[in-house]
Amino acid sequence: MAETSATFRTALHDLHVEIGGKMVAFAGYDMPVQFDGVKAEHLWTRAHAGLFDVSHMGPCFLTLPSGPREGEDAHAEIAAIIETLVPSNIAGLKPGQARLTVLLNEQGGILDDLIITRPADPAQQGRLYIVVNGVVKHQDWAMFEDKLAGQAVLTRADEGNILVALQGPEAEGVLAVHLPAITDMTFMRCLPMRVQGMDALVTRCGYTGEDGFELLLPVVGGVDFVRELLSDDRVKPIGLGARDSLRLESGLCLYGHDMDATRNPVEADLQWVIQKVRRHRADFPGAAYILKDLADGPAEKRVGIQPLERAPAREGIEIQIDGTRVGVITSGGYGPSVDKPVAMGYVRADLAVPGTKIDLIVRGKARAAEVCALPFVTQNYKR
Amino acid sequence: MTTYYTEDHEWIAVEGDIGTIGITKYAAEQLGDVVFVEVPDVGADFAKDDDMAVVESVKAASDVYAPVTGAVTASNEALAGAPETVNQDPEGAGWFCKIQLSDAGQLSTMMDGAAYETFCEGL
Repeated sequence: MAETSATFRTALHDLHVEIGGKMVAFAGYDMPVQFDGVKAEHLWTRAHAGLFDVSHMGPCFLTLPSGPREGEDAHAEIAAIIETLVPSNIAGLKPGQARLTVLLNEQGGILDDLIITRPADPAQQGRLYIVVNGVVKHQDWAMFEDKLAGQAVLTRADEGNILVALQGPEAEGVLAVHLPAITDMTFMRCLPMRVQGMDALVTRCGYTGEDGFELLLPVVGGVDFVRELLSDDRVKPIGLGARDSLRLESGLCLYGHDMDATRNPVEADLQWVIQKVRRHRADFPGAAYILKDLADGPAEKRVGIQPLERAPAREGIEIQIDGTRVGVITSGGYGPSVDKPVAMGYVRADLAVPGTKIDLIVRGKARAAEVCALPFVTQNYKR
Repeated sequence: MTTYYTEDHEWIAVEGDIGTIGITKYAAEQLGDVVFVEVPDVGADFAKDDDMAVVESVKAASDVYAPVTGAVTASNEALAGAPETVNQDPEGAGWFCKIQLSDAGQLSTMMDGAAYETFCEGL
Protein backbone atom coordinates (compact mmCIF):
# COMPACT_ATOMS: atom_id res chain seq x y z
CA MET A 1 0.00 0.00 0.00
CA ALA A 2 1.44 3.32 -1.02
CA GLU A 3 1.30 5.61 1.96
CA THR A 4 1.17 9.30 1.30
CA SER A 5 0.17 12.21 3.44
CA ALA A 6 -3.56 12.35 4.01
CA THR A 7 -5.04 15.52 2.60
CA PHE A 8 -8.58 14.29 2.02
CA ARG A 9 -11.31 12.59 3.96
CA THR A 10 -14.16 10.61 2.49
CA ALA A 11 -17.69 11.46 3.57
CA LEU A 12 -17.61 8.28 5.68
CA HIS A 13 -14.52 9.37 7.63
CA ASP A 14 -16.33 10.35 10.82
CA LEU A 15 -18.29 7.11 10.76
CA HIS A 16 -15.06 5.07 10.49
CA VAL A 17 -13.60 6.86 13.49
CA GLU A 18 -16.84 6.51 15.45
CA ILE A 19 -16.92 2.72 14.97
CA GLY A 20 -13.29 2.18 15.91
CA GLY A 21 -11.43 2.35 12.61
CA LYS A 22 -7.66 2.65 12.89
CA MET A 23 -6.88 5.37 10.37
CA VAL A 24 -3.87 5.61 8.04
CA ALA A 25 -2.89 7.73 5.06
CA PHE A 26 -3.67 5.99 1.76
CA ALA A 27 -3.87 7.48 -1.74
CA GLY A 28 -4.03 10.94 -0.20
CA TYR A 29 -6.97 10.04 2.05
CA ASP A 30 -7.22 9.26 5.74
CA MET A 31 -8.63 5.74 5.51
CA PRO A 32 -9.37 2.89 7.95
CA VAL A 33 -6.73 0.14 7.76
CA GLN A 34 -8.65 -2.05 10.21
CA PHE A 35 -11.57 -2.23 12.62
CA ASP A 36 -11.71 -5.60 14.48
CA GLY A 37 -8.41 -6.82 13.03
CA VAL A 38 -7.26 -7.81 9.57
CA LYS A 39 -7.66 -11.56 9.98
CA ALA A 40 -11.13 -11.38 11.57
CA GLU A 41 -12.34 -8.92 8.92
CA HIS A 42 -10.96 -11.06 6.11
CA LEU A 43 -12.64 -14.22 7.38
CA TRP A 44 -15.89 -12.34 8.06
CA THR A 45 -16.06 -11.14 4.45
CA ARG A 46 -15.57 -14.66 3.08
CA ALA A 47 -18.33 -16.00 5.35
CA HIS A 48 -20.82 -13.12 5.65
CA ALA A 49 -20.74 -9.57 4.25
CA GLY A 50 -18.03 -6.93 4.53
CA LEU A 51 -18.58 -3.24 3.89
CA PHE A 52 -15.70 -1.29 2.32
CA ASP A 53 -15.44 2.47 1.85
CA VAL A 54 -13.79 2.90 -1.54
CA SER A 55 -14.74 6.56 -1.94
CA HIS A 56 -11.05 7.38 -2.41
CA MET A 57 -11.26 5.73 -5.82
CA GLY A 58 -12.01 7.60 -9.01
CA PRO A 59 -15.58 7.18 -10.26
CA CYS A 60 -16.28 9.41 -13.25
CA PHE A 61 -18.28 9.74 -16.45
CA LEU A 62 -17.09 10.36 -19.98
CA THR A 63 -19.78 11.79 -22.21
CA LEU A 64 -20.03 12.96 -25.79
CA PRO A 65 -19.85 16.79 -25.94
CA SER A 66 -23.40 16.82 -27.34
CA GLY A 67 -24.63 14.94 -24.26
CA PRO A 68 -26.14 11.48 -23.82
CA ARG A 69 -28.92 10.33 -26.12
CA GLU A 70 -30.68 7.20 -27.32
CA GLY A 71 -29.22 4.87 -29.89
CA GLU A 72 -26.50 2.34 -30.63
CA ASP A 73 -24.61 4.93 -32.63
CA ALA A 74 -24.15 7.10 -29.55
CA HIS A 75 -22.51 4.19 -27.72
CA ALA A 76 -20.38 3.36 -30.75
CA GLU A 77 -19.19 6.94 -30.85
CA ILE A 78 -18.08 7.19 -27.20
CA ALA A 79 -16.64 3.64 -27.32
CA ALA A 80 -14.44 4.53 -30.29
CA ILE A 81 -13.10 7.51 -28.34
CA ILE A 82 -12.13 5.59 -25.18
CA GLU A 83 -10.79 2.67 -27.26
CA THR A 84 -7.91 4.94 -28.34
CA LEU A 85 -6.61 4.61 -24.74
CA VAL A 86 -7.57 1.03 -23.78
CA PRO A 87 -7.21 -2.33 -25.59
CA SER A 88 -10.60 -3.81 -24.65
CA ASN A 89 -13.70 -4.10 -26.78
CA ILE A 90 -15.83 -1.30 -25.35
CA ALA A 91 -17.99 -0.99 -28.47
CA GLY A 92 -19.20 -4.55 -27.88
CA LEU A 93 -20.50 -3.92 -24.36
CA LYS A 94 -24.19 -4.56 -23.91
CA PRO A 95 -26.29 -1.93 -22.09
CA GLY A 96 -25.52 -2.29 -18.38
CA GLN A 97 -22.39 -4.37 -18.94
CA ALA A 98 -19.11 -3.55 -17.14
CA ARG A 99 -15.65 -4.65 -18.22
CA LEU A 100 -12.19 -4.55 -16.66
CA THR A 101 -9.58 -2.92 -18.86
CA VAL A 102 -6.25 -1.11 -18.67
CA LEU A 103 -5.00 2.32 -19.66
CA LEU A 104 -1.88 1.95 -21.79
CA ASN A 105 1.13 4.08 -22.63
CA GLU A 106 2.77 4.11 -26.06
CA GLN A 107 5.00 1.18 -25.06
CA GLY A 108 2.00 -0.87 -23.99
CA GLY A 109 2.82 -0.36 -20.30
CA ILE A 110 -0.09 -0.30 -17.88
CA LEU A 111 -0.93 3.18 -16.54
CA ASP A 112 -3.92 1.93 -14.53
CA ASP A 113 -6.58 -0.74 -14.42
CA LEU A 114 -10.16 0.45 -14.55
CA ILE A 115 -13.73 -0.70 -14.99
CA ILE A 116 -15.71 0.75 -17.87
CA THR A 117 -19.50 0.40 -17.87
CA ARG A 118 -22.03 1.09 -20.61
CA PRO A 119 -25.15 2.64 -19.05
CA ALA A 120 -28.23 0.42 -18.97
CA ASP A 121 -30.55 3.38 -19.48
CA PRO A 122 -31.43 3.71 -23.21
CA ALA A 123 -31.49 7.51 -22.83
CA GLN A 124 -27.93 7.58 -21.42
CA GLN A 125 -26.03 6.23 -24.44
CA GLY A 126 -22.96 8.16 -25.50
CA ARG A 127 -21.77 8.11 -21.90
CA LEU A 128 -19.50 5.70 -20.02
CA TYR A 129 -19.27 5.13 -16.28
CA ILE A 130 -15.63 4.60 -15.39
CA VAL A 131 -13.97 3.78 -12.07
CA VAL A 132 -10.20 4.27 -11.90
CA ASN A 133 -7.77 3.65 -9.04
CA GLY A 134 -7.54 6.22 -6.26
CA VAL A 135 -3.74 6.46 -6.28
CA VAL A 136 -3.60 7.52 -9.93
CA LYS A 137 -7.01 9.12 -10.49
CA HIS A 138 -5.69 12.63 -11.00
CA GLN A 139 -3.18 11.55 -13.64
CA ASP A 140 -5.79 9.35 -15.34
CA TRP A 141 -8.24 12.24 -15.50
CA ALA A 142 -5.56 14.61 -16.74
CA MET A 143 -4.84 12.09 -19.49
CA PHE A 144 -8.55 11.87 -20.45
CA GLU A 145 -8.81 15.65 -20.60
CA ASP A 146 -5.61 15.92 -22.63
CA LYS A 147 -5.99 13.06 -25.09
CA LEU A 148 -9.77 13.23 -25.46
CA ALA A 149 -10.05 17.02 -25.56
CA GLY A 150 -12.96 18.12 -27.73
CA GLN A 151 -14.18 14.54 -28.14
CA ALA A 152 -15.52 13.70 -24.69
CA VAL A 153 -16.35 15.56 -21.50
CA LEU A 154 -15.06 14.25 -18.18
CA THR A 155 -17.31 14.54 -15.13
CA ARG A 156 -15.78 13.56 -11.82
CA ALA A 157 -18.11 11.62 -9.53
CA ASP A 158 -15.79 11.31 -6.54
CA GLU A 159 -16.99 14.57 -5.00
CA GLY A 160 -20.53 14.71 -3.70
CA ASN A 161 -20.75 10.92 -3.82
CA ILE A 162 -19.61 7.94 -1.82
CA LEU A 163 -18.48 4.65 -3.35
CA VAL A 164 -18.94 1.62 -1.13
CA ALA A 165 -18.53 -2.11 -1.72
CA LEU A 166 -20.54 -4.81 0.00
CA GLN A 167 -18.79 -8.14 -0.47
CA GLY A 168 -19.32 -11.71 0.62
CA PRO A 169 -21.83 -14.55 0.35
CA GLU A 170 -24.43 -12.64 2.39
CA ALA A 171 -24.05 -9.37 0.47
CA GLU A 172 -26.94 -10.17 -1.85
CA GLY A 173 -29.32 -10.96 1.01
CA VAL A 174 -28.36 -7.80 2.90
CA LEU A 175 -28.72 -5.51 -0.08
CA ALA A 176 -31.90 -7.14 -1.38
CA VAL A 177 -33.70 -5.89 1.76
CA HIS A 178 -33.35 -2.39 0.29
CA LEU A 179 -32.89 -3.16 -3.41
CA PRO A 180 -34.85 -6.30 -4.36
CA ALA A 181 -33.91 -5.89 -8.05
CA ILE A 182 -30.26 -6.79 -7.40
CA THR A 183 -31.03 -10.50 -7.15
CA ASP A 184 -31.54 -10.63 -10.92
CA MET A 185 -28.16 -9.07 -11.68
CA THR A 186 -25.14 -11.15 -12.68
CA PHE A 187 -21.40 -10.47 -12.31
CA MET A 188 -20.20 -7.28 -14.04
CA ARG A 189 -23.68 -5.88 -14.61
CA CYS A 190 -24.63 -2.36 -13.59
CA LEU A 191 -28.06 -0.82 -13.06
CA PRO A 192 -29.30 2.59 -11.94
CA MET A 193 -31.65 2.23 -8.98
CA ARG A 194 -33.65 4.34 -6.59
CA VAL A 195 -33.09 3.72 -2.91
CA GLN A 196 -34.49 5.83 -0.07
CA GLY A 197 -35.11 8.69 -2.48
CA MET A 198 -31.56 8.57 -3.85
CA ASP A 199 -30.23 7.73 -7.29
CA ALA A 200 -27.78 4.84 -6.90
CA LEU A 201 -25.56 3.19 -9.45
CA VAL A 202 -25.17 -0.47 -8.50
CA THR A 203 -22.61 -2.82 -10.08
CA ARG A 204 -22.27 -6.50 -9.23
CA CYS A 205 -18.50 -6.62 -8.90
CA GLY A 206 -15.75 -6.32 -6.36
CA TYR A 207 -12.16 -6.84 -5.35
CA THR A 208 -12.36 -9.76 -2.93
CA GLY A 209 -13.12 -12.79 -5.13
CA GLU A 210 -16.54 -12.99 -3.46
CA ASP A 211 -19.92 -12.15 -4.85
CA GLY A 212 -20.77 -8.55 -4.08
CA PHE A 213 -21.75 -5.09 -5.16
CA GLU A 214 -20.32 -1.62 -5.54
CA LEU A 215 -22.65 1.32 -4.99
CA LEU A 216 -22.18 4.91 -6.08
CA LEU A 217 -24.44 6.99 -3.84
CA PRO A 218 -24.85 10.69 -3.12
CA VAL A 219 -23.23 11.80 0.15
CA VAL A 220 -26.58 13.22 1.27
CA GLY A 221 -28.54 10.14 2.25
CA GLY A 222 -25.71 7.77 1.30
CA VAL A 223 -23.97 8.01 4.65
CA ASP A 224 -27.22 7.16 6.47
CA PHE A 225 -27.76 4.26 4.10
CA VAL A 226 -24.29 2.92 4.97
CA ARG A 227 -25.19 3.17 8.68
CA GLU A 228 -28.29 1.14 7.96
CA LEU A 229 -26.31 -1.52 6.11
CA LEU A 230 -23.89 -1.71 9.04
CA SER A 231 -26.78 -2.19 11.47
CA ASP A 232 -27.49 -5.55 9.78
CA ASP A 233 -25.94 -8.36 11.87
CA ARG A 234 -24.51 -9.92 8.73
CA VAL A 235 -22.41 -6.84 7.92
CA LYS A 236 -19.12 -5.62 9.42
CA PRO A 237 -16.92 -2.72 8.30
CA ILE A 238 -13.70 -3.83 6.62
CA GLY A 239 -10.43 -1.88 6.41
CA LEU A 240 -7.67 -1.62 3.82
CA GLY A 241 -5.66 -4.41 5.46
CA ALA A 242 -8.24 -7.10 4.78
CA ARG A 243 -9.04 -5.54 1.41
CA ASP A 244 -5.44 -6.29 0.44
CA SER A 245 -5.34 -9.86 1.79
CA LEU A 246 -8.73 -10.67 0.21
CA ARG A 247 -7.71 -9.45 -3.24
CA LEU A 248 -4.32 -11.17 -3.02
CA GLU A 249 -5.84 -14.56 -2.13
CA SER A 250 -8.20 -14.07 -5.06
CA GLY A 251 -5.27 -13.46 -7.41
CA LEU A 252 -6.35 -9.90 -8.22
CA CYS A 253 -3.69 -7.34 -9.13
CA LEU A 254 -2.91 -4.21 -7.14
CA TYR A 255 -1.93 -1.33 -9.39
CA GLY A 256 1.55 0.05 -8.72
CA HIS A 257 2.62 -3.31 -7.33
CA ASP A 258 1.57 -6.27 -9.50
CA MET A 259 1.46 -4.11 -12.60
CA ASP A 260 2.70 -0.67 -13.55
CA ALA A 261 3.91 1.37 -16.51
CA THR A 262 6.86 -1.01 -17.00
CA ARG A 263 4.61 -4.09 -17.51
CA ASN A 264 2.30 -4.74 -20.42
CA PRO A 265 -0.93 -6.78 -20.15
CA VAL A 266 0.73 -9.93 -21.51
CA GLU A 267 3.47 -9.82 -18.88
CA ALA A 268 0.82 -9.09 -16.24
CA ASP A 269 -1.15 -12.16 -17.42
CA LEU A 270 -4.05 -9.86 -18.23
CA GLN A 271 -4.04 -10.55 -21.98
CA TRP A 272 -7.70 -11.57 -21.60
CA VAL A 273 -8.63 -7.88 -21.35
CA ILE A 274 -7.68 -7.59 -25.05
CA GLN A 275 -10.57 -9.09 -26.97
CA LYS A 276 -10.04 -10.68 -30.37
CA VAL A 277 -11.52 -7.78 -32.33
CA ARG A 278 -8.96 -5.40 -30.84
CA ARG A 279 -6.06 -7.81 -31.49
CA HIS A 280 -7.09 -7.96 -35.15
CA ARG A 281 -7.33 -4.20 -35.43
CA ALA A 282 -4.11 -3.61 -33.47
CA ASP A 283 -5.23 -0.05 -32.89
CA PHE A 284 -4.45 0.53 -29.20
CA PRO A 285 -1.41 2.23 -27.62
CA GLY A 286 1.66 0.01 -27.67
CA ALA A 287 -0.09 -2.56 -29.86
CA ALA A 288 3.14 -3.51 -31.64
CA TYR A 289 4.87 -4.41 -28.35
CA ILE A 290 1.86 -6.18 -26.91
CA LEU A 291 1.07 -8.22 -30.04
CA LYS A 292 4.73 -9.24 -30.29
CA ASP A 293 4.63 -10.52 -26.69
CA LEU A 294 1.33 -12.30 -27.43
CA ALA A 295 2.94 -14.04 -30.40
CA ASP A 296 6.42 -14.77 -29.05
CA GLY A 297 5.77 -14.81 -25.32
CA PRO A 298 6.96 -12.13 -22.86
CA ALA A 299 10.34 -12.17 -21.13
CA GLU A 300 8.69 -12.32 -17.71
CA LYS A 301 5.22 -13.20 -16.56
CA ARG A 302 3.09 -12.63 -13.48
CA VAL A 303 2.41 -15.84 -11.55
CA GLY A 304 1.06 -17.03 -8.23
CA ILE A 305 3.71 -18.04 -5.74
CA GLN A 306 3.15 -20.49 -2.92
CA PRO A 307 5.78 -20.23 -0.19
CA LEU A 308 6.27 -23.77 1.17
CA GLU A 309 7.48 -22.56 4.58
CA ARG A 310 5.66 -20.37 7.09
CA ALA A 311 7.59 -17.17 6.38
CA PRO A 312 5.50 -14.68 4.36
CA ALA A 313 7.26 -13.32 1.25
CA ARG A 314 6.66 -9.60 0.96
CA GLU A 315 6.89 -7.26 -2.01
CA GLY A 316 10.43 -6.78 -3.32
CA ILE A 317 11.76 -10.16 -2.25
CA GLU A 318 14.03 -11.74 -4.85
CA ILE A 319 13.15 -15.04 -6.49
CA GLN A 320 16.09 -17.33 -7.26
CA ILE A 321 16.87 -20.73 -8.71
CA ASP A 322 20.28 -22.19 -7.82
CA GLY A 323 21.40 -18.78 -6.57
CA THR A 324 20.49 -16.93 -9.77
CA ARG A 325 17.84 -14.22 -9.80
CA VAL A 326 14.82 -15.27 -11.88
CA GLY A 327 12.17 -12.86 -10.63
CA VAL A 328 10.67 -10.74 -7.88
CA ILE A 329 7.69 -10.79 -5.52
CA THR A 330 5.25 -7.94 -6.18
CA SER A 331 2.61 -8.71 -3.52
CA GLY A 332 2.82 -11.09 -0.63
CA GLY A 333 1.60 -11.78 2.82
CA TYR A 334 -0.46 -14.20 4.79
CA GLY A 335 -3.75 -15.52 3.46
CA PRO A 336 -6.17 -15.95 6.37
CA SER A 337 -8.61 -18.17 4.43
CA VAL A 338 -5.93 -20.59 3.21
CA ASP A 339 -4.01 -20.17 6.50
CA LYS A 340 -0.63 -19.94 4.85
CA PRO A 341 1.54 -17.38 3.11
CA VAL A 342 0.46 -16.33 -0.38
CA ALA A 343 2.25 -14.19 -2.94
CA MET A 344 2.44 -13.17 -6.55
CA GLY A 345 5.29 -11.90 -8.61
CA TYR A 346 7.10 -11.98 -11.91
CA VAL A 347 9.34 -14.82 -13.08
CA ARG A 348 11.18 -15.61 -16.30
CA ALA A 349 8.43 -16.75 -18.68
CA ASP A 350 9.83 -20.28 -19.13
CA LEU A 351 9.42 -20.74 -15.36
CA ALA A 352 5.80 -19.57 -15.30
CA VAL A 353 4.55 -23.12 -14.92
CA PRO A 354 2.72 -24.28 -11.77
CA GLY A 355 4.95 -26.57 -9.72
CA THR A 356 8.24 -24.91 -10.70
CA LYS A 357 10.49 -24.96 -7.62
CA ILE A 358 11.94 -21.59 -6.66
CA ASP A 359 13.73 -20.01 -3.70
CA LEU A 360 12.54 -16.80 -2.04
CA ILE A 361 15.34 -14.81 -0.43
CA VAL A 362 13.72 -13.70 2.82
CA ARG A 363 16.15 -11.71 4.97
CA GLY A 364 19.12 -13.43 3.36
CA LYS A 365 17.78 -16.96 3.75
CA ALA A 366 16.55 -19.05 0.82
CA ARG A 367 13.01 -20.25 1.56
CA ALA A 368 11.41 -22.97 -0.58
CA ALA A 369 8.44 -21.98 -2.73
CA GLU A 370 6.79 -22.95 -5.97
CA VAL A 371 5.02 -21.26 -8.83
CA CYS A 372 1.29 -21.93 -8.54
CA ALA A 373 -1.97 -21.23 -10.32
CA LEU A 374 -4.09 -18.25 -9.27
CA PRO A 375 -6.36 -17.67 -7.43
CA PHE A 376 -5.51 -19.24 -4.06
CA VAL A 377 -9.23 -19.47 -3.22
CA THR A 378 -12.21 -20.21 -5.46
CA GLN A 379 -13.84 -17.06 -6.81
CA ASN A 380 -17.54 -16.99 -5.98
CA TYR A 381 -18.90 -14.67 -8.64
CA LYS A 382 -22.53 -14.93 -9.71
CA ARG A 383 -22.18 -15.55 -13.43
CA MET B 1 13.60 -12.40 38.73
CA THR B 2 13.14 -8.80 37.52
CA THR B 3 11.43 -7.76 34.29
CA TYR B 4 12.57 -4.70 32.34
CA TYR B 5 10.91 -2.99 29.36
CA THR B 6 12.27 -1.03 26.39
CA GLU B 7 10.77 1.82 24.39
CA ASP B 8 10.73 -0.62 21.44
CA HIS B 9 8.14 -2.67 23.37
CA GLU B 10 10.34 -5.59 24.29
CA TRP B 11 10.57 -7.15 27.72
CA ILE B 12 13.50 -8.94 29.30
CA ALA B 13 13.04 -11.03 32.43
CA VAL B 14 16.41 -11.41 34.13
CA GLU B 15 17.44 -14.17 36.48
CA GLY B 16 21.15 -14.25 37.31
CA ASP B 17 22.92 -13.43 34.03
CA ILE B 18 20.23 -14.96 31.80
CA GLY B 19 17.51 -12.75 30.30
CA THR B 20 14.35 -14.12 28.65
CA ILE B 21 13.20 -11.80 25.85
CA GLY B 22 9.88 -11.23 24.15
CA ILE B 23 7.57 -8.49 22.90
CA THR B 24 5.02 -6.81 25.14
CA LYS B 25 1.26 -7.19 25.15
CA TYR B 26 1.04 -3.65 23.76
CA ALA B 27 3.33 -4.58 20.85
CA ALA B 28 1.40 -7.77 20.14
CA GLU B 29 -1.86 -5.86 20.04
CA GLN B 30 -0.41 -3.25 17.71
CA LEU B 31 0.93 -5.92 15.35
CA GLY B 32 -2.34 -7.77 15.12
CA ASP B 33 -2.47 -11.46 14.25
CA VAL B 34 1.07 -12.85 14.28
CA VAL B 35 1.57 -15.38 11.48
CA PHE B 36 5.32 -16.02 11.59
CA VAL B 37 8.19 -15.58 14.01
CA GLU B 38 11.86 -15.97 13.16
CA VAL B 39 13.81 -16.55 16.38
CA PRO B 40 17.62 -16.39 16.59
CA ASP B 41 19.80 -19.51 16.58
CA VAL B 42 21.28 -20.73 19.85
CA GLY B 43 24.88 -19.54 20.08
CA ALA B 44 24.33 -16.38 18.04
CA ASP B 45 25.89 -13.21 19.46
CA PHE B 46 24.09 -9.88 19.41
CA ALA B 47 25.06 -6.38 20.37
CA LYS B 48 22.40 -4.20 21.96
CA ASP B 49 19.99 -2.84 19.26
CA ASP B 50 21.00 -5.44 16.63
CA ASP B 51 18.19 -7.00 14.62
CA MET B 52 17.65 -10.20 16.56
CA ALA B 53 14.32 -11.66 15.50
CA VAL B 54 11.47 -10.95 13.11
CA VAL B 55 7.79 -11.06 13.84
CA GLU B 56 5.37 -11.02 10.93
CA SER B 57 1.72 -10.18 11.33
CA VAL B 58 -1.02 -10.13 8.73
CA LYS B 59 -0.01 -6.52 8.18
CA ALA B 60 3.79 -6.38 7.99
CA ALA B 61 7.16 -7.71 9.05
CA SER B 62 8.70 -6.07 12.11
CA ASP B 63 12.23 -6.38 13.42
CA VAL B 64 12.82 -7.21 17.05
CA TYR B 65 15.99 -5.61 18.41
CA ALA B 66 18.33 -7.16 20.95
CA PRO B 67 17.60 -5.18 24.15
CA VAL B 68 21.02 -6.16 25.55
CA THR B 69 24.39 -7.45 24.35
CA GLY B 70 24.92 -11.19 24.77
CA ALA B 71 24.79 -14.71 23.39
CA VAL B 72 21.62 -16.69 22.75
CA THR B 73 21.34 -19.70 25.07
CA ALA B 74 17.85 -20.87 24.05
CA SER B 75 15.22 -19.97 21.49
CA ASN B 76 11.51 -20.70 21.51
CA GLU B 77 11.21 -23.17 18.64
CA ALA B 78 7.54 -23.75 19.49
CA LEU B 79 6.68 -20.39 17.89
CA ALA B 80 7.49 -21.80 14.44
CA GLY B 81 4.44 -24.05 14.61
CA ALA B 82 2.28 -21.78 16.76
CA PRO B 83 3.04 -18.11 16.02
CA GLU B 84 -0.35 -17.13 17.47
CA THR B 85 1.16 -17.80 20.93
CA VAL B 86 2.69 -14.32 20.64
CA ASN B 87 -0.83 -12.83 20.62
CA GLN B 88 -2.23 -15.21 23.23
CA ASP B 89 0.54 -14.97 25.82
CA PRO B 90 3.13 -12.41 24.70
CA GLU B 91 4.76 -12.02 28.09
CA GLY B 92 4.73 -15.76 28.90
CA ALA B 93 4.67 -18.71 26.49
CA GLY B 94 5.24 -16.28 23.61
CA TRP B 95 8.87 -15.58 24.64
CA PHE B 96 11.39 -15.41 21.79
CA CYS B 97 14.81 -16.34 23.21
CA LYS B 98 17.10 -16.36 26.23
CA ILE B 99 20.34 -14.38 26.23
CA GLN B 100 23.38 -14.57 28.47
CA LEU B 101 24.01 -10.93 29.34
CA SER B 102 27.47 -9.49 28.69
CA ASP B 103 26.76 -6.21 30.44
CA ALA B 104 24.09 -6.14 33.13
CA GLY B 105 24.63 -2.37 33.31
CA GLN B 106 22.57 -2.03 30.11
CA LEU B 107 19.47 -2.88 32.14
CA SER B 108 19.73 0.34 34.11
CA THR B 109 18.42 2.43 31.19
CA MET B 110 15.25 0.33 30.84
CA MET B 111 11.83 0.82 32.41
CA ASP B 112 10.16 -1.22 35.12
CA GLY B 113 6.56 -2.39 34.69
CA ALA B 114 4.98 0.75 36.12
CA ALA B 115 7.15 3.10 34.07
CA TYR B 116 6.42 1.12 30.90
CA GLU B 117 2.70 1.30 31.56
CA THR B 118 2.94 5.08 31.87
CA PHE B 119 5.05 5.16 28.70
CA CYS B 120 2.35 3.26 26.73
CA GLU B 121 -0.42 5.48 28.06
CA GLY B 122 1.44 8.45 26.59
CA LEU B 123 1.56 6.93 23.09
